Amino acid sequence: MSYFEPVILFFMLGAIAGFVRSDLRIPGVLYESLSIFLLLAIGLKGGVELARYQLLDVALPALVVVSVGALIPLAAFPVLRRVGKLSRADAGSIAAHYGSVSVVTFAVGTAYLARLGQPAEGYMTVFLVLLEFPALVIGALLARHGERGLPWGRVLHEVLAGKSIVLLLGGLTIGWLAGPEGIAPLDRVFFDLFKGLLAFFLLEMGLVAAGRIGDLRRAGVFLLAFATLMPLAAGALGLITGRLLGLSVGGITLLATLYASASYIAAPAAMRIAVPAANPALSIGAALGITFPFNLIVGIPLFHMLAQTLHHPGVWPWK
Amino acid sequence: MEMIARKLLTVVTEAALEATLVREIEALGARGYTITDARGKGSHGLRDGSWPKNANIRLEVLCTADTALAICAALRERYSDNYSMVIFVSDVDILRPDKF
Repeated sequence: MSYFEPVILFFMLGAIAGFVRSDLRIPGVLYESLSIFLLLAIGLKGGVELARYQLLDVALPALVVVSVGALIPLAAFPVLRRVGKLSRADAGSIAAHYGSVSVVTFAVGTAYLARLGQPAEGYMTVFLVLLEFPALVIGALLARHGERGLPWGRVLHEVLAGKSIVLLLGGLTIGWLAGPEGIAPLDRVFFDLFKGLLAFFLLEMGLVAAGRIGDLRRAGVFLLAFATLMPLAAGALGLITGRLLGLSVGGITLLATLYASASYIAAPAAMRIAVPAANPALSIGAALGITFPFNLIVGIPLFHMLAQTLHHPGVWPWK
Repeated sequence: MEMIARKLLTVVTEAALEATLVREIEALGARGYTITDARGKGSHGLRDGSWPKNANIRLEVLCTADTALAICAALRERYSDNYSMVIFVSDVDILRPDKF
């Protein structure tokens, strides 16, 4: 069972509970508390690691990662429009979801690597923060191209002052300022408890994802195919970009995971305000119902395997 | 004790709209409001509040008939096409007319 990251089993338990219509419910307050904890902990961890790097060592790769990442919504949009025959609003909104990133997928990726003892560059969290919002703006622009009356003030406020950016960026800054010794007294809460609380959160996401499957039945085959092929294509882009940037095996795996992941927390909130005509059931159903479990179960282990191959051509890890 | 007639405007809608709606109704003359979390089912399916994206709110405003009408018209024009939103107005009697 070394293939499975154990926390994924909690996601499956939640999904099963949802399918059998169990009365299991995670109270909304706990969901909010867990997400605040996870965002802060990820930010702190990244900040502590970031303290070891020079700003320029991070700035250049970050610029490349964000520029290449912008290709994802731009490539997804025409596919959704032409092949999927979706409305402009729906295509733009879904493109935004897939261009943005999922913090929890990233957290599972880091847990997966940690369990295998595979190190990754500490500044991956910076990529996580930077990849979250550009796609939301691109998606909104694509969805409402040529239209007037897009409430930019509210959209940007939703995107930049949303809790995920505030907590990730805040945690990053606190971790960076305090450094490893400063954060050490908080380790018990933020680092030791991390995986246990992530398991709780995944239990809830399993429940919610099970509830989204019904929406997808109406969406049809195209969206199902899109939700599995898009993360593979975007993940491949991440593998190549990571390799060209000279990242480690762990870094390449996480970059591929970031590109492959689809946002289901920040993006739905922003798109609801920016693109009211888009049907949230389609985008959330695809991102959370299909892509999220797909990345957890297939994507992360696959990207890790391919990242090893990229680093050591000729050494096939499955042999 | 004298009771004065006013309107109770109730809006059941998506939690995502809360901040926007509050700003809008205050601009239209509402002097206060009450918001509660809500769950239920309607033409947009079951909204059970199982997670924040699936949560509803119930917004209540006590106001004059004119204000109620203005809010109804504005919300209907701007939001009812794309958001799940139910609006209704009822007659109520209140105690302190200067407040509403």
